Amino acid sequence: MNLGLSETQTILRESTRRFSKERLAPFAHAREQNHCISHATIKELGDLGLLGVNLPEALGGAELGAVSYALALREVAKGDASVAVTMAVTNMVGEVIQHFGTPEQQKGHIPKLTSGEYFGGAFALSEPSAGSDAGSLKTTARRDGDSWVINGEKLWITTGDQAGVIVVWARTGEPGPRGISCFLVSCDAPGLTAGKPEEKMGLRASHTVALSFVDVRVPSSSMLGKEGEGFKIAMRALDGGRIGISAQALGIAGAAMDEVRSYALERKQFGKTLDQFQAIQFKLADMATELEAGWLLTLRAASLKESGKQFSREAAMAKVFATEAANRAVREAVQIFGGYGYIEEFPVARHYRDCRVTQIYEGTSEVQRIVIGREVCKDSGF
Amino acid sequence: MEFNLSEEQAMLRDSVRAMAKQEILPFAAAIDEAGAFPWDQVNRMSELGLMGIAVPEKWGGSGMDNVSYALAAEEVSAACASCGVIMSVNNSLAGDPIRRFGTDEQKERWLKPLARGEIMGAYGLSEPGTGSDAAAQKTTAVRDGDGWVINGAKNFITNGAEAKVIVAFAMGEPDKGVKGINAYLIPADTAGYSVAKNEDKLGIKGSSTSQIHFDEVRVGPEALLGNPGDGFKIAMTTLDGGRIGIAAQALGIARQAFEEARDYSLERSSFGRPISKHQAIQFKLADMATEIDAARLLIWRAALLKDQGESYGQAAAMAKLYASEMSQRVTNQALQVYGGYGYCKDYPAERHLRDARITEIYEGTSEIQRIVIARGVLADS
Repeated sequence: MNLGLSETQTILRESTRRFSKERLAPFAHAREQNHCISHATIKELGDLGLLGVNLPEALGGAELGAVSYALALREVAKGDASVAVTMAVTNMVGEVIQHFGTPEQQKGHIPKLTSGEYFGGAFALSEPSAGSDAGSLKTTARRDGDSWVINGEKLWITTGDQAGVIVVWARTGEPGPRGISCFLVSCDAPGLTAGKPEEKMGLRASHTVALSFVDVRVPSSSMLGKEGEGFKIAMRALDGGRIGISAQALGIAGAAMDEVRSYALERKQFGKTLDQFQAIQFKLADMATELEAGWLLTLRAASLKESGKQFSREAAMAKVFATEAANRAVREAVQIFGGYGYIEEFPVARHYRDCRVTQIYEGTSEVQRIVIGREVCKDSGF
Repeated sequence: MEFNLSEEQAMLRDSVRAMAKQEILPFAAAIDEAGAFPWDQVNRMSELGLMGIAVPEKWGGSGMDNVSYALAAEEVSAACASCGVIMSVNNSLAGDPIRRFGTDEQKERWLKPLARGEIMGAYGLSEPGTGSDAAAQKTTAVRDGDGWVINGAKNFITNGAEAKVIVAFAMGEPDKGVKGINAYLIPADTAGYSVAKNEDKLGIKGSSTSQIHFDEVRVGPEALLGNPGDGFKIAMTTLDGGRIGIAAQALGIARQAFEEARDYSLERSSFGRPISKHQAIQFKLADMATEIDAARLLIWRAALLKDQGESYGQAAAMAKLYASEMSQRVTNQALQVYGGYGYCKDYPAERHLRDARITEIYEGTSEIQRIVIARGVLADS
């Protein structure tokens, strides 16, 4: 057992922390107000290796592994959760192409993702009537000569109107999970239109859009993996994605924790600073303990992924625990700030809003519990 | 980064698990029912070297690390929580302060037999009027030639009725406050030492919890542990380590309760299918399993920091706080899965709930852990 960081991991964490503090946090409020992340910021992430942390150097990645990815994402999320989700989805798209793609697909897209030449990647699985129940999706892809023609609607697609490449899941066969295939679609494919970015509770600088596919024709070579393999690809990608979202949630809560701690040491009521009250001390103790536990669960899942072992259950545990702990922590942070926590002058209100979605996307808490419940019942002797 | 156990750690865990399953678990209900000290099981633990796991072999121990200690405490406690605390006290509260602060003579006389499990040890800090506020010691130690005369009462002493030696704290120089507290190794057969009362408890009924009286107990210089005035420091550093043991005990109880409830949910049917197929039950199981894993990771982290010689007080407090409260939630939900059967003694669910409850209280209440953790959090700023 060794829970320490390697030298490389420490360096990555420190450099990302500095970048996040200097380049992300000071402008997070402005990005949110403008509902926009600049492409220059994406390129800065690329320059630091943050858009392909766990991807091979040959494809422009940093090749530092899944633990490093979690470390870096948590630091980025401390500075700006919207940038963090863009980073998370781009890494996930890069990894899924690397894992299931042909050499041409890899060379065609991954270097553009990792460098930031693309604004990022997008992951188009959810639909208006297929959220947690992804296996029931309705978008279709019909074979037509040497191409596929895609029709349907996708919903809640992060970076969907900006991404250079979109991973799209569509039904090519029977109903249910086995009839689904996966395609790489360019953002400028004719027939593909993006809706207006949704107005959201949080992550306002990150775009979330509906995508409409009307006779979108893609060549056969754009299929990712084999026909009918789509659901498996999606689940595998989401397992890894969950590590990212856990780290994102913990980063958001970590920022809230830092702010609330400083506030508690300064703010005076009844003649003493807030940190002198057990009511506040105990909140801080619970927040710190739960965030630490969430972080250990996240690192364990990342470490298993890195060593090529099964990590579905562990990633689900990390996600449900870390995101729920983070949400409790940001709620308490607002509470400690009192009225100041409810106004947008302090970032804590933003953290509270940003954090909420981590319990929903890349598998709701309920889906994580289904995954875990299924797994733990398998352990039994029955 | 690597979350795996070493081969040696995995072997220890497996052998303790096998022994505990065969030789302790079948007797756990009877031990609880009788409320009698489980000597047979304690002797088996001693034979396996579990009474001084992290004590060097030179001093009668197994010479393993604190992660191994946590693993063994989890396994033993899963089988029988009373055995878990008996083991934990001998290792952490009696043995460890002697290992850290004792002279070679003291180690020879006390640590060796404690680590081998030949004798039981106890730890006397709490008093009838002094619990969490341990610095307010009422027990006094008055200089008498080259020794001391000790008077006072110690409360809630685990292994108190069986212990041959107690690590006891007493106020030597009241004007110095916390720095006036001394630590002593007091043999139970010293004149004036008596076991005044054995408590009847909610859980961990196989472990004795006693009140110890010191009535003009005269000890020589060889009884002093550390230097005069070191007592409070010894008490606190000892508890840091003890918290790892109690956290592991809480974890073991929770794991056992969870596994039994899960197995029951696969057999028991309602509304035409096994209750494990109902999301109401699945989600409980998912939360229980997740929280159990979270607690285990916190415990391993604290044990590992201790093994690496780093400061681990805050990590141990987090592990203890989280694991004990988790254990209470998990055992409560496990009982719920059983429904009415969970409330009846035919199943162990109610015992687990009772056994888990103490882990939120002893070796520092949850409230004390939160004070410790908050202090660390605020100091990081």
